[in-house]
Amino acid sequence: MSVTTASGIDVHPLDLRAMLKEAGITALVIFALAAALVGFETTDIPGGIGINTRFDDVAVVVALGFFGRIALILLRVHRPGPVLIGAPVLVVVMLVMLLAQSLFGPETGAAVQRFLPFQDPVVLWGLLFVTVVIGIRAYLSRRHIASEESAQAREERLDHFAAQVQHAARFLGPALLAFALLFPFLPAANRHLLDIAILVITYIMLGWGLNIVVGLAGLLDLGYVAFYAVGAYSFALLATYLDVSFWISLPFAGLMAALAGVILGFPVLRLRGDYLAIVTLGFGEMIRVILLNWYEFTGGPDGISGIPRPSFFGIAEFSRSSDNSFHDLFGLEYSSLQRIIFLYYLILAMAMVVNLFSMRIRKLPISRAWEALREDETACRSLGINPRNTKLTAFGIGAMFAGFAGSFFATRQGFISPESFTFIESAVILAIVVLGGFGSQIGVVVAAILLIGMPEFFRELQQYRMLAFGMAMVLIMLWRPAGLLAHREPTIRLFGRGKSLESKS
Amino acid sequence: MQNSFAYFVDQLINGLTLGSIYGLIAIGYTMVYGIIGMINFAHGEIFMIGSFVSIITFLILGMAGVTWVPLALLIVLIVAMLLTSIYGWTLERVAYRPLRGSPRLAALITAIGMSIFLQNYVQLLQGARNKPMQPVISGGVTVMQDQGYVVSLSYMQMIIIVVTVVLMAAFTLMITRTSLGRAQRACEQDRNMAALIGVNVDRTISLTFVVGAMLASVAGLMFLLYYGVIDFFIGFLAGIKAFTAAVLGGIGSLPGAMLGGLLIGLIEAFWSGYFTVEYKDVAAFSILVLVLVFRPSGLLGKPDIEKV
Repeated sequence: MSVTTASGIDVHPLDLRAMLKEAGITALVIFALAAALVGFETTDIPGGIGINTRFDDVAVVVALGFFGRIALILLRVHRPGPVLIGAPVLVVVMLVMLLAQSLFGPETGAAVQRFLPFQDPVVLWGLLFVTVVIGIRAYLSRRHIASEESAQAREERLDHFAAQVQHAARFLGPALLAFALLFPFLPAANRHLLDIAILVITYIMLGWGLNIVVGLAGLLDLGYVAFYAVGAYSFALLATYLDVSFWISLPFAGLMAALAGVILGFPVLRLRGDYLAIVTLGFGEMIRVILLNWYEFTGGPDGISGIPRPSFFGIAEFSRSSDNSFHDLFGLEYSSLQRIIFLYYLILAMAMVVNLFSMRIRKLPISRAWEALREDETACRSLGINPRNTKLTAFGIGAMFAGFAGSFFATRQGFISPESFTFIESAVILAIVVLGGFGSQIGVVVAAILLIGMPEFFRELQQYRMLAFGMAMVLIMLWRPAGLLAHREPTIRLFGRGKSLESKS
Repeated sequence: MQNSFAYFVDQLINGLTLGSIYGLIAIGYTMVYGIIGMINFAHGEIFMIGSFVSIITFLILGMAGVTWVPLALLIVLIVAMLLTSIYGWTLERVAYRPLRGSPRLAALITAIGMSIFLQNYVQLLQGARNKPMQPVISGGVTVMQDQGYVVSLSYMQMIIIVVTVVLMAAFTLMITRTSLGRAQRACEQDRNMAALIGVNVDRTISLTFVVGAMLASVAGLMFLLYYGVIDFFIGFLAGIKAFTAAVLGGIGSLPGAMLGGLLIGLIEAFWSGYFTVEYKDVAAFSILVLVLVFRPSGLLGKPDIEKV
């Protein structure tokens, strides 16, 4: 039974018993989940393992689950009042305790902080964030916004937002590029920042490469890192065995990776989506296992070291003492930063090539065929598109870009080993594509900066990085299965049915 | 030595033991696939959690002074099944149920996300190092002796095989004789139709996850007892191999999962015994690819016909 108030919002009568029962069940489930894994900690002691107890943490987690559930129920029945009082109080209390050391001085602060439920600041800030989110939702439901919005309306709103972002990308993209071009000469840019930037751009490039496979062609590839590995090892082996320079082996590395993609793809691309994902995962692991065990050729777990650094297009070397060194050529002072800046521009250029390629190929028949295959394979088959060959091109091109990125990785690190090419890397790249929204170029940039750049800046986050990855992948899929900034409009439509952004421009 | 019959029998025993563990995990994959058509990628993690719950319970029992092995084993078995099944239930409730009816790939990405999350959750809570455990059950019987090569069947291996057989029998009875099993089979055939005739579909799917997690937790306990060391990453490889087993046997088919598990275990044991240990994982993956390419419906599965 529900009563409709003058403002048109349903106010359900509050059934206290049902509410307590629901919250109680939640608490019970959380207790069962936490009892063993949170409540006890296995520790290393000489000659085996011992065990520590953490019952206080279990109690806190259970209490949080109980009250969190009550808050959500209250929001569901449009009685946000208690939440509106409780959440800000909790936020203030937690903020005071978190900042106690700087507010009351170190000694009193430490004494206050002893009452905190967890000692780990990241967990506490995460908790604070969740509380703030619940508080904001309570405030919004009080203002009669959102809340009862239908799922479809929300989906449309988000899609509209994504479309706007993509529209803005036309101005945002060049602005970002200009910033990236100027970045090394900004006063704030130091060695550390440049290294992070190079890493982020490498992942952006990988994300864009995978986006062709996953976003455009709709093939879920869980072994993308295998092609990255093929590229890296192609260059490393060529350079160390045959003494071939970076610039000569770069195309070769791309070719090798594309070849690997085609060879691996040929037998499996006719499989249905989820099977394909698992098989690509298997291939990724197989390549890693082979690299790990082919000791005579690849150095096994020791990897390959002493991979040469790239020269300035074969004209000059980045070294202090060389006949034709870069700083002499341009009449500059020698600085070790010159090589880093060169690497930065190199990866930026390579990434932009991938970007340009995937923007332009959308206008070609092959990309139209990819998109059509993604939407309906059976229909494509009946229209005479060869699904396997079409998919193979997407797979091979995606692999080629991974190969390029791989040889850049090898030359930048100077050392590679199978350690760098685990499934987790594939998952990270996939997470970037998924979070950014399949097929969205700017989304990949945003996701790469968030997922790769942030943890580099905040070292404390490092150990929570993969946990957050996993959680983000789940939450985004639950909230918006198409991806955060996805705007899965086909590039072209028949007779302008449904206005696409493209037809407007 | 490799030519002797005894060596062959030794590998056979190893393979059957390993295969039992894979088979128990594979049932979880195949049941979930049968009923909601998704690959529950996080199932390997459920297995890993099962073995962590087991080791923690063993340690607690050790401190509490329960030293009589059969009793300790029974308690650990019950606790592990109970707590792990709640993980399976929560997994479905939180991550998969809201996505029912969305594209397959969305569900698969969620499952991968859950797998990464659970791995790191356990790593953060329990540490990244190996967790070794003293052998609980030792000793065995000599089966045969040939050219100086002694083949023994350890009590541990016997327990693993016997427990697997008993569980499989109980499980088959549950599927064929009980109302839950009937509901499960009905949902597998046609979820809408089952709902129309009064089967509680949501509850049945939840229970499928619970049962799958229970079997996986037993596999986790066996793994812990057999190898004596676990870490937060064991679920990944074991999960993929069990999935391979499910595909090999024909995904969706319960006897197929068990058969596939045994075959994968045997192949791995013989490969390690006669070729190279290093490439045993490559062998498992190659089988997965070969089966999917040449016989996607597996050994005992029904062919999957796509209708437009």
